Amino acid sequence: MALVLTEEQSMLRDSARGLISDKAPVSHLRHLRDSKDPTGFSKELWQSFAEMGFAGLLVPEEFGGSGLGFMEAGVVMEEIGRTLMPSPFLATSVIAASALNRGGNAAQKSEYLPKIASGSLLATLAIDEGAKHRPLQTSLQAVRAGNGFKLSGAKALVVDGHVADLFIVAARTAGAAGEREGLTLFLVNPAAKGVAIERTIMVDAHNAARIDFANVEVTADSVLGEVDQGAALLDGVLDIGRGAVAAEMVGLSDEVFGRTVEYLKNRKQFGKLIGEFQALQHRAAQLYVDIEITRAATMKALQALDADVAKAASAVAVAKARAGTTATRAVQEGVQMHGGMGMTDQFDIGFFMKRARVCEELFGDANYHTEQLARARGY
Amino acid sequence: MTDSKTSDTETADLETFRNETRAWLEANCPPEMRKPATSDADVFWGGRNAKFSSEPQRVWFERMRDKGWTVPDWPKEYGGGGLSAAEHKVLRAEMGRIGARPPLSSFGIWMLGPALLKYGNDAQKKEHLPKIAAGEIRWCQGYSEPNAGSDLASLQTRAESDGDDFVITGSKIWTSYANYADWIFCLVRTDPAAKKHDGISFILFDMTSKGVSTKPILLISGYSPFCETFFDGVRVPKSHVVGTVNRGWDVAKYLLQHERAMISGMGERGVGRPLGQIAADSVGSDALGRLDDSMLRGQIASFDVDEAALAACAERAVDLAKAGQAHPAFSSAMKYYGTELNKRRYEILMSAGGVDALEWESERSKQGARPRAWLRTKANSIEGGTSEVMLGIVAKRILDLPGA
Repeated sequence: MALVLTEEQSMLRDSARGLISDKAPVSHLRHLRDSKDPTGFSKELWQSFAEMGFAGLLVPEEFGGSGLGFMEAGVVMEEIGRTLMPSPFLATSVIAASALNRGGNAAQKSEYLPKIASGSLLATLAIDEGAKHRPLQTSLQAVRAGNGFKLSGAKALVVDGHVADLFIVAARTAGAAGEREGLTLFLVNPAAKGVAIERTIMVDAHNAARIDFANVEVTADSVLGEVDQGAALLDGVLDIGRGAVAAEMVGLSDEVFGRTVEYLKNRKQFGKLIGEFQALQHRAAQLYVDIEITRAATMKALQALDADVAKAASAVAVAKARAGTTATRAVQEGVQMHGGMGMTDQFDIGFFMKRARVCEELFGDANYHTEQLARARGY
Repeated sequence: MTDSKTSDTETADLETFRNETRAWLEANCPPEMRKPATSDADVFWGGRNAKFSSEPQRVWFERMRDKGWTVPDWPKEYGGGGLSAAEHKVLRAEMGRIGARPPLSSFGIWMLGPALLKYGNDAQKKEHLPKIAAGEIRWCQGYSEPNAGSDLASLQTRAESDGDDFVITGSKIWTSYANYADWIFCLVRTDPAAKKHDGISFILFDMTSKGVSTKPILLISGYSPFCETFFDGVRVPKSHVVGTVNRGWDVAKYLLQHERAMISGMGERGVGRPLGQIAADSVGSDALGRLDDSMLRGQIASFDVDEAALAACAERAVDLAKAGQAHPAFSSAMKYYGTELNKRRYEILMSAGGVDALEWESERSKQGARPRAWLRTKANSIEGGTSEVMLGIVAKRILDLPGA
């Protein structure tokens, strides 16, 4: 399989880019932020996404989706990264749809997947508990009660947490924090008794929430996958999310870089275009190389996910680690080379820096994934 | 998304090719040739005076040559394998799968061949390409001069017209293995009055010609892979010019793209033992099996991330070229990153080896193989265009930043 977009994928990119750049340039995010929009994204735009088949991009055709792959999801994520469009696409269409499709039984799939594809249901994965992404450290407790379970504990950085219609909650049904055994995923209704949701306004002005679970009762039907054996399902779903976020970061990096190079070609100081200075030329060239290498690594990871999610872990770790360091470098150079303008809120570049910081934390930062690679290689 | 019928057939054909190739390699690649060469002496370079360092090396070379797989993607009429780009990728992957080393290393394959295929006339292709494919003639590259390094186009070696010949006078430097080479591909100035890029020609001649002499240069590694090469009135027929007289810079640049791709490949081996395990030999591991030096472990892991990412990018570069979407200057980007990465690899290897990596002359250290290889890598970011020149090319030709 070649590491270039097919004709169909290029067409998908063009249509996603057309819609997103037209309806959701960076000013769209700025407006949502400044107006303190209660939803944090545009429902109207989400409907357009659904009508174009993006909401159900990963949902199999039998459930009303497009039945496409992770490479295609990455194409859309990259375009989202270019304008920083706040969208349920990541949490609902990539992560939750994958979790339900991979782990759900027939009843769960037919109940939720068609609604995801039509854009009528928002769902999200609640995983992190501490300050850093450590999935095996999950300690939210799910104890058996009657025919079901009772959930107690807290989650943070739940993307779209305050607008979701369905939570997929990672909980511990056995074992201790740090162990692979004993993890279970639950489908939880946000309106259930004992659920307390606090929307957290984050640095990037994208949706996130802290969620408290106080003896929340769920039925046995709410288990996604198998009790105590959720780690493998979770690994796969997280890797899919990581691949998608890496693609978003490639789009973000490429956009910041493009804007920065344009600035180098227009800004004059000392009677010269600043892009004539070799000190800046070489840094721009290094950044270009970094971005191209990270783009390839990300395509490789998405391709590996399409081939076999269970065997994609190392390729995903490489992609997410690279995406983190590359995006960090891209936004730092972007602000620096824009000089004082880069420090102003009026100028868009700061939005990219803020979003890059959140993407870096989402589902494991560069250090986390570099560590994973070292372990996988046995040293 | 549905594949068209043709691509289904192509996929099936490719699978057949993969299976046949795998079986053939299993049957024909000697076990000794399924690991990287341990030293330069263990690499087969071909040429009139070539000697095999071992019987398996000879067997492997001859079997691959007979299939045309010393140059798998060259046309069959020139001794190649006639493979498509997709088949070539499969062959590389299958060789990589068993760790098979290249049967023949040669500047003829990596550099001159591609340039001749594009710019050579019929007679030149028929004369030179089959001998490159068969390892009969070993080539060297006459590019750099004492006063023309990064500024290559300022070269001064003169070629003066005399009837049907050019008479060549001047000197070259950093000529890799000139003392072993049979022929040279050389940049010479045929029009001293023209602007510096416009008066250069690309010419081929025999190193045994009267007036050619070489002198090895001792490097910091203690080896002499490079030479000074002197031309004192060397007479070369004008028919040996490749492309048009005074348009040699076009050929030179095209060849440099291939040279840079070759050098960048030095950085992404991915064969042999993982760096982390090599390091464990000397620094040891803790109870959890982790390297007993957490900072070094972190450096190695970061290196592994970047190396894997570069390998993906190299794969993508080939695919982009195949799809006609490659930027011609992209090899400069790869050369820059690949060589810097290879230097990083050897800094890590030196650090991991500690005192053991400092021995220069002993059986135990294989005559200082590691420190000598470490020092050799320092040339990677200089030869074939320095990292700074590569970044300049990326800035100007790919990013279109204004000229300084």
